[in-house]
Amino acid sequence: MARARASLGRTVAAHAVLITWTVIALFPVFVTVVNSFKSRRAIFAEPLALPWPEHFDLVGYATVLKQGDFFGYFQNSLIVTVVSLFFVLLFGAMAAFALSEYRFKGNLLMGLYLALGIMIPIRLGTVAILEMMVAGGLVNTLTALILVYTAQGLPLAVFILSEFMKTVSDDLKNAGRIDGLSEYAIFFTLVLPLVRPAMATVAVFTMIPIWNDLWFPLILAPAEEVKTITLGSQVFIGQFVTNWNAVLAALSLAIVPVLVLYLIFSRQLIRGITAGAVK
Amino acid sequence: MGALDLKSVTKSFGATDVIKGIDLEVAEGEFCVFVGPSGCGKSTLLRIIAGLEDASSGDILLDGKRVNDVAPAKRELAMVFQSYALYPHLSVRDNMGLALKQAGVAKAEIVRATDKAAAMLSLENLLTRRPAELSGGQRQRVAIGRAIVRTPKLFLFDEPLSNLDAALRVATRIEIARLHRELAATMIYVTHDQVEAMTLADKIVVLRDGRVEQVGSPMHLYNDPDNTFVAGFIGSPQMNFLKSSELGHPGETTGIRPEHLHIRTGAAIKGTISHVEKLGGETLVYVRTAAHGLLTVRMFGEHDYEVDSQVALDLDPSRAFYFDGMGKRLR
Repeated sequence: MARARASLGRTVAAHAVLITWTVIALFPVFVTVVNSFKSRRAIFAEPLALPWPEHFDLVGYATVLKQGDFFGYFQNSLIVTVVSLFFVLLFGAMAAFALSEYRFKGNLLMGLYLALGIMIPIRLGTVAILEMMVAGGLVNTLTALILVYTAQGLPLAVFILSEFMKTVSDDLKNAGRIDGLSEYAIFFTLVLPLVRPAMATVAVFTMIPIWNDLWFPLILAPAEEVKTITLGSQVFIGQFVTNWNAVLAALSLAIVPVLVLYLIFSRQLIRGITAGAVK
Repeated sequence: MGALDLKSVTKSFGATDVIKGIDLEVAEGEFCVFVGPSGCGKSTLLRIIAGLEDASSGDILLDGKRVNDVAPAKRELAMVFQSYALYPHLSVRDNMGLALKQAGVAKAEIVRATDKAAAMLSLENLLTRRPAELSGGQRQRVAIGRAIVRTPKLFLFDEPLSNLDAALRVATRIEIARLHRELAATMIYVTHDQVEAMTLADKIVVLRDGRVEQVGSPMHLYNDPDNTFVAGFIGSPQMNFLKSSELGHPGETTGIRPEHLHIRTGAAIKGTISHVEKLGGETLVYVRTAAHGLLTVRMFGEHDYEVDSQVALDLDPSRAFYFDGMGKRLR
């Protein structure tokens, strides 16, 4: 019985710590969402009060939807994020497979070279990137953003995925080779499904910085028709006056798509189909 | 169909030589077992035959044709892996039929071939299941079925029983022996378990450090080993090695199998019993001697011996093997 009580105490303590952490982590999101439904006066008077019923005001959302092409911004952000994510996962996984599967001269050097990108921030190269995009006529296109974000996401993807690919059973790949599967078929049908949890992890880590990025949209694609949601929200932040209702409403809306993408990937994190492949 | 010929095959990984020149002929329909301690290169050799590794030098001939540069899938062989290596996303039927599908065989023909293989291995009720829904023994039977479906020239087994428990191991071993009789196909089987080697093989190849120590039938290796390594590796419990000088025998070492060493009052080799194992059908007595170290005596039936009691051992000189200082057999 003493044992049971002790473990109950530990459970409570563990949950207390986790709940505290959750509250701290969710607090900014809570404040943002709650205040987006309030009038300007209410935001400053009682920032923590719930919007119901007397302060309730949709003026922020009304402003956001009236001013600027917000659905267009959303669409741009989604296109950039999803396409970049696709290329990061595709090329990252292929490079990781090559590095972990094949013995060739310079394998180790190549791996280190690709991992170097994790340590060097891509923003250091902004000027050169801008010059390149100007030369290529890609300024103010979504392609420019997609190219930059793909490059930005690849190092971490290659690094994480190559570690995971090493854990995929050699026997399974060899069985595929003996049965006449091509290396592409082995990669896509045998290896990728087995590293799906790792792919989901990489996807989540790659997606959030892309969605939230302000730097490259501002520099490479500031034109109205290619603005992303993060850049679009900035129109409400001025040097002297900031339309807080609109900023908070825009940010609340911006949470939704990325949350949906996250939920899709986190399901993959949990699901494992490796059981039974190899003992 | 299915004769294999290796001509001075070598393999190096960087500066490490794993296979140091192997010549071997496996006749059509033969069951050939590679045995050796771990790290002796037996699995690497199997992979070279399969085409999963390239030989650094030497020739691999299948039915007289050099296949060094032929892709694994085109060598008309099938392989069964220790870890089963079933495709997790495919049903048992699709697992077994994949190779034929890749080779462009008609659907009806694939169904016929998988049905036939499933019947041979009593897998009919499992055909729609996924590998995750099978037990270890069933998975290994599916892996064997996947090999049979292709009707290959050559079957390769890479320690297929190592992940199974003792009872399943015996059952699957018998299954493989039966398949070999029914299919009359050439099979190459890698194991570190000398019981599997003895029971399955037509021909055993004993490997050590990337070299062939001896090739022969199980009984040939048991009764006529070339050196102390083969003598010690084949046979369980292991052969006893005694100092020839103490016994007045020729050579450096005298080898005697545990069943040819007898406890007899007044005999020359004196020792103390350190342990007794009763297995029902036989009794193993471990005797510690001053001159020769620990010796094993194997007796049939049940015998009662007290641990720590003094005994004397007698060996049958006509069953003894003599080896020189390098471990080579003196004949």
